[in-house]
Amino acid sequence: MSTVLDVKGLNCPLPILRTKKAMKDVAVDGVLEVLATDPGSVKDMEAFCKQTGNELLETAEAAGVYSFKIKRKA
Amino acid sequence: MAANGKSMSIIVTKGSLDWAYPPFILATTAAAMDLDVTLFFTFYGLTLLKKKLDLKVTTLGNAGMEMPMMGGHMVMPNLIGALPGMDAMATVMMKDLIKKKGVASIEDLREAAVDCGVRMIACQMTMDLFEYDKSDLIDGVEYAGAATYIETATQCDINLFI
Repeated sequence: MSTVLDVKGLNCPLPILRTKKAMKDVAVDGVLEVLATDPGSVKDMEAFCKQTGNELLETAEAAGVYSFKIKRKA
Repeated sequence: MAANGKSMSIIVTKGSLDWAYPPFILATTAAAMDLDVTLFFTFYGLTLLKKKLDLKVTTLGNAGMEMPMMGGHMVMPNLIGALPGMDAMATVMMKDLIKKKGVASIEDLREAAVDCGVRMIACQMTMDLFEYDKSDLIDGVEYAGAATYIETATQCDINLFI
Protein backbone atom coordinates (compact mmCIF):
# COMPACT_ATOMS: atom_id res chain seq x y z
CA MET A 1 0.00 0.00 0.00
CA SER A 2 1.34 3.45 -0.78
CA THR A 3 0.54 6.93 0.46
CA VAL A 4 0.09 9.72 -2.07
CA LEU A 5 1.33 13.28 -1.53
CA ASP A 6 0.05 15.96 -3.89
CA VAL A 7 2.38 18.97 -4.22
CA LYS A 8 1.20 20.06 -7.65
CA GLY A 9 1.52 23.82 -8.16
CA LEU A 10 4.10 24.23 -5.39
CA ASN A 11 7.56 25.53 -6.11
CA CYS A 12 11.03 24.95 -4.64
CA PRO A 13 11.65 24.12 -1.84
CA LEU A 14 8.09 23.16 -0.87
CA PRO A 15 7.91 19.80 -2.73
CA ILE A 16 10.98 18.61 -0.79
CA LEU A 17 9.80 20.02 2.55
CA ARG A 18 6.37 18.40 2.18
CA THR A 19 7.95 15.13 1.10
CA LYS A 20 10.17 15.10 4.17
CA LYS A 21 7.17 15.75 6.40
CA ALA A 22 5.08 13.04 4.74
CA MET A 23 7.89 10.48 4.96
CA LYS A 24 7.62 10.61 8.74
CA ASP A 25 4.18 8.99 8.52
CA VAL A 26 5.35 6.24 6.18
CA ALA A 27 6.42 2.96 7.76
CA VAL A 28 9.96 1.71 7.15
CA ASP A 29 9.95 -0.09 3.78
CA GLY A 30 6.68 1.67 2.96
CA VAL A 31 6.32 3.69 -0.25
CA LEU A 32 5.35 7.33 -0.65
CA GLU A 33 4.16 8.52 -4.03
CA VAL A 34 4.71 12.23 -4.67
CA LEU A 35 2.92 14.14 -7.46
CA ALA A 36 4.55 17.41 -8.50
CA THR A 37 4.52 19.94 -11.33
CA ASP A 38 7.86 21.61 -10.47
CA PRO A 39 10.32 20.50 -13.19
CA GLY A 40 13.18 21.12 -10.76
CA SER A 41 11.83 18.40 -8.51
CA VAL A 42 13.16 15.71 -10.89
CA LYS A 43 16.76 16.40 -9.94
CA ASP A 44 15.89 17.55 -6.43
CA MET A 45 14.03 14.39 -5.47
CA GLU A 46 17.03 12.36 -6.61
CA ALA A 47 19.38 14.47 -4.48
CA PHE A 48 16.99 14.36 -1.53
CA CYS A 49 16.81 10.57 -1.63
CA LYS A 50 20.56 10.19 -2.05
CA GLN A 51 21.22 12.39 0.95
CA THR A 52 18.54 10.96 3.24
CA GLY A 53 19.17 7.33 2.32
CA ASN A 54 15.67 6.71 1.03
CA GLU A 55 15.26 4.81 -2.21
CA LEU A 56 13.83 6.49 -5.30
CA LEU A 57 12.11 3.53 -6.93
CA GLU A 58 10.58 5.29 -9.89
CA THR A 59 10.27 8.66 -11.61
CA ALA A 60 7.64 9.22 -14.26
CA GLU A 61 6.07 12.11 -16.12
CA ALA A 62 2.64 12.37 -17.70
CA ALA A 63 0.96 15.55 -18.98
CA GLY A 64 3.25 17.84 -16.98
CA VAL A 65 2.86 15.95 -13.73
CA TYR A 66 5.89 14.22 -12.29
CA SER A 67 5.41 11.25 -10.03
CA PHE A 68 8.01 9.84 -7.72
CA LYS A 69 7.86 6.61 -5.77
CA ILE A 70 10.06 6.75 -2.71
CA LYS A 71 10.72 3.83 -0.38
CA ARG A 72 11.44 4.75 3.21
CA LYS A 73 14.66 3.14 4.37
CA ALA A 74 15.14 4.27 7.93
CA MET B 1 23.62 15.57 15.82
CA ALA B 2 22.08 15.15 12.38
CA ALA B 3 21.20 11.66 11.18
CA ASN B 4 23.99 11.76 8.62
CA GLY B 5 26.47 13.80 10.68
CA LYS B 6 26.53 16.61 8.13
CA SER B 7 25.97 20.27 8.87
CA MET B 8 25.67 23.71 7.30
CA SER B 9 25.96 27.28 8.49
CA ILE B 10 24.91 30.50 6.79
CA ILE B 11 25.74 34.08 7.70
CA VAL B 12 22.59 36.07 6.84
CA THR B 13 23.36 39.74 6.21
CA LYS B 14 20.49 41.07 4.13
CA GLY B 15 16.91 41.86 5.07
CA SER B 16 15.05 42.57 1.86
CA LEU B 17 12.29 40.34 0.47
CA ASP B 18 14.41 38.96 -2.38
CA TRP B 19 17.53 38.35 -0.28
CA ALA B 20 15.50 36.64 2.43
CA TYR B 21 14.79 33.68 0.17
CA PRO B 22 18.20 32.02 -0.32
CA PRO B 23 19.02 31.52 3.38
CA PHE B 24 15.57 30.22 4.31
CA ILE B 25 15.25 27.98 1.24
CA LEU B 26 18.68 26.47 1.84
CA ALA B 27 18.19 26.13 5.60
CA THR B 28 14.84 24.35 5.35
CA THR B 29 16.00 22.10 2.51
CA ALA B 30 19.22 21.15 4.30
CA ALA B 31 17.25 20.38 7.45
CA ALA B 32 14.89 18.21 5.36
CA MET B 33 17.99 16.40 4.09
CA ASP B 34 19.03 15.62 7.67
CA LEU B 35 21.73 18.26 8.09
CA ASP B 36 22.20 20.26 11.25
CA VAL B 37 21.69 23.90 10.25
CA THR B 38 22.81 27.12 11.92
CA LEU B 39 21.81 30.59 10.69
CA PHE B 40 23.74 33.57 12.01
CA PHE B 41 21.76 36.79 11.48
CA THR B 42 23.78 39.99 11.42
CA PHE B 43 23.29 43.59 10.28
CA TYR B 44 20.20 43.90 8.03
CA GLY B 45 19.69 40.15 8.18
CA LEU B 46 18.48 40.62 11.74
CA THR B 47 15.18 42.08 10.47
CA LEU B 48 14.32 38.57 9.25
CA LEU B 49 13.94 37.51 12.88
CA LYS B 50 11.40 40.18 13.79
CA LYS B 51 8.06 38.83 14.98
CA LYS B 52 6.19 40.81 12.37
CA LEU B 53 7.89 40.70 9.00
CA ASP B 54 7.41 43.59 6.61
CA LEU B 55 9.91 42.81 3.86
CA LYS B 56 10.33 44.93 0.78
CA VAL B 57 12.16 44.79 -2.51
CA THR B 58 13.83 47.73 -4.19
CA THR B 59 14.84 48.47 -7.76
CA LEU B 60 17.61 50.78 -6.53
CA GLY B 61 21.06 49.35 -7.12
CA ASN B 62 19.39 46.23 -8.51
CA ALA B 63 20.41 46.40 -12.17
CA GLY B 64 19.53 42.75 -12.83
CA MET B 65 15.90 43.10 -11.80
CA GLU B 66 13.40 42.07 -14.46
CA MET B 67 9.74 41.33 -13.93
CA PRO B 68 7.68 39.14 -16.24
CA MET B 69 5.06 41.26 -17.90
CA MET B 70 2.65 40.60 -20.75
CA GLY B 71 4.64 37.66 -22.03
CA GLY B 72 7.98 39.47 -21.92
CA HIS B 73 10.24 40.92 -19.29
CA MET B 74 10.23 44.47 -18.06
CA VAL B 75 13.57 45.76 -16.87
CA MET B 76 13.00 47.77 -13.73
CA PRO B 77 14.98 50.98 -14.31
CA ASN B 78 17.38 51.54 -11.47
CA LEU B 79 16.43 55.14 -10.76
CA ILE B 80 12.70 54.44 -10.67
CA GLY B 81 13.24 53.35 -7.06
CA ALA B 82 14.02 56.93 -6.12
CA LEU B 83 10.44 57.94 -6.88
CA PRO B 84 7.97 57.80 -4.00
CA GLY B 85 5.82 54.68 -4.03
CA MET B 86 7.93 52.77 -6.55
CA ASP B 87 9.43 50.35 -4.03
CA ALA B 88 5.97 49.70 -2.64
CA MET B 89 4.78 48.93 -6.16
CA ALA B 90 7.72 46.64 -6.89
CA THR B 91 7.07 44.87 -3.59
CA VAL B 92 3.40 44.34 -4.41
CA MET B 93 4.35 42.99 -7.84
CA MET B 94 6.88 40.62 -6.33
CA LYS B 95 4.51 39.33 -3.64
CA ASP B 96 1.84 38.82 -6.27
CA LEU B 97 4.23 36.77 -8.40
CA ILE B 98 5.34 34.74 -5.40
CA LYS B 99 1.76 33.78 -4.65
CA LYS B 100 0.90 33.06 -8.26
CA LYS B 101 3.89 30.78 -8.81
CA GLY B 102 3.39 28.61 -5.75
CA VAL B 103 6.50 29.98 -4.04
CA ALA B 104 6.39 29.85 -0.26
CA SER B 105 6.19 33.09 1.71
CA ILE B 106 9.14 34.01 3.92
CA GLU B 107 6.80 33.71 6.91
CA ASP B 108 6.05 30.08 5.97
CA LEU B 109 9.69 29.22 5.30
CA ARG B 110 10.79 30.73 8.59
CA GLU B 111 8.14 28.79 10.44
CA ALA B 112 9.29 25.62 8.69
CA ALA B 113 12.87 26.39 9.71
CA VAL B 114 11.82 26.79 13.35
CA ASP B 115 9.76 23.58 13.18
CA CYS B 116 12.65 21.49 11.91
CA GLY B 117 15.04 22.73 14.54
CA VAL B 118 17.21 25.13 12.58
CA ARG B 119 19.45 26.89 15.08
CA MET B 120 19.13 30.66 14.79
CA ILE B 121 21.66 33.04 16.27
CA ALA B 122 21.09 36.79 16.42
CA CYS B 123 24.24 38.91 16.39
CA GLN B 124 24.37 40.61 19.79
CA MET B 125 26.45 43.49 18.43
CA THR B 126 23.80 44.27 15.79
CA MET B 127 21.11 44.10 18.49
CA ASP B 128 22.97 46.87 20.33
CA LEU B 129 23.90 48.81 17.21
CA PHE B 130 20.37 49.05 15.82
CA GLU B 131 18.72 49.12 19.26
CA TYR B 132 16.65 45.99 18.87
CA ASP B 133 15.00 44.47 21.88
CA LYS B 134 14.81 40.72 22.37
CA SER B 135 11.03 41.10 22.60
CA ASP B 136 11.05 42.35 18.97
CA LEU B 137 12.32 38.98 17.76
CA ILE B 138 10.74 35.55 17.56
CA ASP B 139 11.27 33.08 20.40
CA GLY B 140 13.95 30.42 20.35
CA VAL B 141 16.70 32.69 19.08
CA GLU B 142 20.20 32.55 20.62
CA TYR B 143 22.17 35.75 21.17
CA ALA B 144 25.89 35.55 20.51
CA GLY B 145 28.80 36.93 18.54
CA ALA B 146 31.49 36.14 16.01
CA ALA B 147 33.32 33.62 18.18
CA THR B 148 30.20 31.47 18.47
CA TYR B 149 29.78 31.55 14.71
CA ILE B 150 33.44 30.66 14.07
CA GLU B 151 33.31 27.79 16.53
CA THR B 152 30.19 26.46 14.78
CA ALA B 153 31.59 26.98 11.30
CA THR B 154 34.72 24.94 12.04
CA GLN B 155 32.39 21.96 12.60
CA CYS B 156 30.32 22.46 9.44
CA ASP B 157 30.61 20.83 6.01
CA ILE B 158 29.05 23.85 4.29
CA ASN B 159 29.55 27.49 5.29
CA LEU B 160 27.84 30.23 3.28
CA PHE B 161 27.64 34.02 3.41
CA ILE B 162 24.50 35.58 2.00
